[in-house]
Amino acid sequence: MDEKGINSGPLHGLWAVTNRELKKWYKEPFIFIISLVQPIIWIGLFGKAMNLGEIFSAGSLNIPGLDLPKQIIDSLSQEILKSTFGTTNYFSFLAVGMLSFIVLFSAMSSGMTIVWDRRLGFLNKMLTTPLSRGNVIMGKVLSSVIKALVQAVIVLLIAVLLGLTFSAQFTVFSLAITFFALFLLAMGLSSLFIMLAIRSTRWETQMAIMNLLNLPLLFASNAFYPVKFMPYWLKPIVMVNPLTYANNVARAMLIGVTPTASVAFSVLYLVGFAAIFSFIGIFLSWKYISS
Amino acid sequence: MTDSIIKVVGLTKIYNHTVLAVDHISFEVNRGEIFGLLGPNGAGKSTTIGMLNTLLKPTEGTALIDGIDVTKEPSNVRKIIGVVPQEYTADEDLTGWENVMLIADFYGISRDISRQRAKELLEMVGLTEASKRKVETYSGGMRRRLELAMGLINKPKVLFLDEPTLGLDVQTRTAIWEHIRKLKSEYNMTILVTTHYLEEADEFCDRIAIIDRGKIVKADTPENLKKGVGGDIITIQLTKDGKDVDQALKGIQGVTEVKNNGDGLITLKVIDGGAVAPAIIKAFTQMNLNVTRLTLARPTMDEVYMTYTGRNLREEQATSEETFTMRRTMRTARS
Repeated sequence: MDEKGINSGPLHGLWAVTNRELKKWYKEPFIFIISLVQPIIWIGLFGKAMNLGEIFSAGSLNIPGLDLPKQIIDSLSQEILKSTFGTTNYFSFLAVGMLSFIVLFSAMSSGMTIVWDRRLGFLNKMLTTPLSRGNVIMGKVLSSVIKALVQAVIVLLIAVLLGLTFSAQFTVFSLAITFFALFLLAMGLSSLFIMLAIRSTRWETQMAIMNLLNLPLLFASNAFYPVKFMPYWLKPIVMVNPLTYANNVARAMLIGVTPTASVAFSVLYLVGFAAIFSFIGIFLSWKYISS
Repeated sequence: MTDSIIKVVGLTKIYNHTVLAVDHISFEVNRGEIFGLLGPNGAGKSTTIGMLNTLLKPTEGTALIDGIDVTKEPSNVRKIIGVVPQEYTADEDLTGWENVMLIADFYGISRDISRQRAKELLEMVGLTEASKRKVETYSGGMRRRLELAMGLINKPKVLFLDEPTLGLDVQTRTAIWEHIRKLKSEYNMTILVTTHYLEEADEFCDRIAIIDRGKIVKADTPENLKKGVGGDIITIQLTKDGKDVDQALKGIQGVTEVKNNGDGLITLKVIDGGAVAPAIIKAFTQMNLNVTRLTLARPTMDEVYMTYTGRNLREEQATSEETFTMRRTMRTARS
């Protein structure tokens, strides 16, 4: 059946779909830059303005009547920070949390592209070609993952410029593990949001879903603060949130915070998350992408 | 024996278990034919095309495209068809060239072949110059021609065109049809087209199927369809009122209907008017009546359409053009 020069393998067109999305992105540097502004603002506001290190130092902490030596207050506050965040540097703690933040926000918008493609008829156009239905979805997921990771790299570079200090054990290997975890997170989240958009024809619905989920997903994780001081009812939610595990891995690898769940378990959890959601995504797209 | 490339058997589509959009239609399209689907909005034209191009799953029945079943082997059907949908589907953020190459990649055509083809196709539709620009700068006619190039990249055996000239000015419409004709004559491509413009269907289609309420009410060549309406219309002006001529006129071979108000103006429906006209004049001469004027009018597609659907298509054109404008507005709002 196959003509010469025709590739009808199961993966044909996957890169074409992916690259189409990426082109729209890197050809519009304005959108690209805007998408980076948000996490940088958060790094600035939470990491620098809310300067926990300074708040707990001898300069601002003094108990009248008790003439405690400066040295004691200082070491006390260092201990408090250390036992709370696992590091004395809250800025580093937060900056690493911002990596999963940027991945989340980037992955969320992936659902929008499929809504637009449906509305403008491009999706139908794709579906009348021999392109596999699975590739329509995987191309979108893949482009979203690539975008998310590039943004994470830039956020990390900015955080380093602003004073993120790596742990003594930091190596290229730690960086690789971190980005592997972020890759899995991006993969699972993108699949999830594309899945939610698969039959949608209204971008308003998609926006509403994004707005409903973004902040809860972010705050019900350990991106800003550690899990151990959270109320009992929140903990189970935080412990299923994949963001928590990505943060665990990133913090352990980059700044040496001892994680609540081991790095190995966290990576496994993320592998499962990514595998299950991308599988369901492809499955649903076969079934429901057209009527 | 004619060689049919599209064979539709009892094709039916029911949406949400309630809305019967296409009701057991059957027809065949011959290889190398331009076959038109004509019908009012919501008649089931787009649904029919949707099922044939594998976008919609038929509820019942099936269709064969070059012998391949659309329900059993949709992915093989997709390889041999080209689709130019009603909407402008090209990606506005990409250039014309990038759009054509993107579709080529979807078909898995290797780069050296697709580059050559894309060049030829863009040349054919007159977009070589514009192909380096982003599609958002294109006019309606340019976009439509680009869609055509995109639909042809895999050298399809069957091309589906859904309202290819909707919302375009007359000049552009003619140009689009010239391209379609060229495809037929040069590549022996089979083209299934839906259109709102009756005169286009009349002029460019080899055969037309009139579809209404999900059913094909009539399918034939434009010539036969017009004949089928009752043939030509002859109007005669007499000097006298001519009240008692009806019987004599009805006796003439080929006359099917006589309308006589008794005021000297008589309208006849006849088959093959050119051949019947002399006999009519002769009959009046025998009755000693003077004919001062005789006009012969051939029926238009409007009348054909009116006869089979009971509706006037022109009234409906406005609404479809409104929809079209709305789509454009939405697209502009996006960027």
